[in-house]
Amino acid sequence: MATSEALLAVREIHTYYGDSYVLNGLSLELAAGRIVVILGRNGMGKTTLIRSIAGLTPPRRGEVTFAGQSLIGKPPYAIAQSGIAIVPQGRRIFKSLTVRENLTLPTSALAGRQRARHDSRKHWDLAGVLAEFPQLAERMDNTGGALSGGEQQMLAIGRALMANPALILMDEPSEGLSPKLVQKVEEIMHGLRAHGHSILLVEQNLALAMAVADSIYVISSGQFVFHGTPDELSRNAGILDSHLGVSAARSH
Amino acid sequence: MRSVILQAINGISLGALLFLLSSGFTLTFGLMRVVNMAYGAYYLLGGYIGLTIARATGSFELAIVGGGLAVVVLGYGVDRFLIRPIGSNHLAQVLLTVGVAFVIGEVCLAIWGGDNLKIPTSAYLRGSIVLPGELYYPKYRFALILFGIFAAISLWLLYHKTQIGAVVRAGVDDREMVNATGINVDRLFVLVSALASFFAGVAGVVGGAFLTLNPGAEWDILVLALVVVIIGGLGSLEGAILGSVIVGLLDAYGRWLLPEFSYFVLFGPMAVLLLFRVTGIFGKEH
Repeated sequence: MATSEALLAVREIHTYYGDSYVLNGLSLELAAGRIVVILGRNGMGKTTLIRSIAGLTPPRRGEVTFAGQSLIGKPPYAIAQSGIAIVPQGRRIFKSLTVRENLTLPTSALAGRQRARHDSRKHWDLAGVLAEFPQLAERMDNTGGALSGGEQQMLAIGRALMANPALILMDEPSEGLSPKLVQKVEEIMHGLRAHGHSILLVEQNLALAMAVADSIYVISSGQFVFHGTPDELSRNAGILDSHLGVSAARSH
Repeated sequence: MRSVILQAINGISLGALLFLLSSGFTLTFGLMRVVNMAYGAYYLLGGYIGLTIARATGSFELAIVGGGLAVVVLGYGVDRFLIRPIGSNHLAQVLLTVGVAFVIGEVCLAIWGGDNLKIPTSAYLRGSIVLPGELYYPKYRFALILFGIFAAISLWLLYHKTQIGAVVRAGVDDREMVNATGINVDRLFVLVSALASFFAGVAGVVGGAFLTLNPGAEWDILVLALVVVIIGGLGSLEGAILGSVIVGLLDAYGRWLLPEFSYFVLFGPMAVLLLFRVTGIFGKEH
């Protein structure tokens, strides 16, 4: 993939939490319309990578460009307005807001209106999101805190879609969900790619990653130790065993 | 019996005043976790400026608006140039804003002197009304109760029924996530803080018409407002409403029944409440 075509390009970023060195020199590229998955165990820097791109924990060194523009130095709200939405770890839906208020928050006048409309992508509005997640339609006036884990995950994804982002950053959407709901998340991701969205997914769930990824990076202690297709990863017993804790036999 | 009723009205009218001050304090804290101890001084300064306007123009209404707006300007300066640069350290915020309050207090003393001053109200607010049972009660305090109810309903509707209110509530839940949704929370805070400052300045003018304005009044009122938000729960509008009424009534009955222990009557129940519910009645874990 040529650099000039990348929707998101991360180059040599170094990110710290206080004095602890979490990401040391990560680089990755994501082409428009693709799903790139970052696989790794807990504490390897997956969430920090998402936070670095979103501007929540800005990298100290390195470059992040999105749609040709540098994101370095931009505050999180400006990065969001440029077309990046986040489905954070633990959903982080607004618990005291109703489902309706959660979904319409990104369309508030305060959220900026300079987002360009992309004709190649589906344009999401409230009706479209509710058609995608019918179970939310029945709970529009419930507060976010009253939803089940699965419903909260749907709401977190719906909230991200309401911003009509070019890129969605998803942080462990399968966490704490039943296998059936993980299956649902997988279907949603296939659907989003079909609608023209690009997704950067960080996950521990190998099966989910294999099922949706166009390209996989494996992260260990703040560095990528593998980059390739799901097929290539499934043949790489060494990486599977030492960095993901699965034996090659189980991955098939 | 007459006194019981009169003290109830006294307490509720004081509660209306306390609501004006504490609603802003609690919402700015809820949204930005900023502890601003200068709200008492905002109250006093708003009152003095309202006094000067009322004397110059003869209009109490103009005094209310002018006192409120003057504090909006001051409050913006304090937020932008003093509080924001020091970041999220609560101890630093407390020390800084207590210092700001002292400076404001000294400036007020230099301009308006140390006497107890009262703001003249409009003619239609003077005199008494007669309640059933031949109870005479100052008209002004009834007007204050109505004003407090009006302010509480307006603020409640703004907070719960508008999209900007929803954004503020979302910010109280999870400010970082609001930012990541594309909303500039700092700019939103300027709006909320301006509203809070306005209410504090207005409180000073309406309070200065029945309590008095004098050096030290800023700390008396601040203590009461702090008890309101601690009882009601920091960051909760409902808590500010309920806490204001509770503190107003405790203060009124305490001064009447146990004048030597009136502060104990205030802090005793607060301490007991905190034993069982450390976040206050409506508060959440922060």
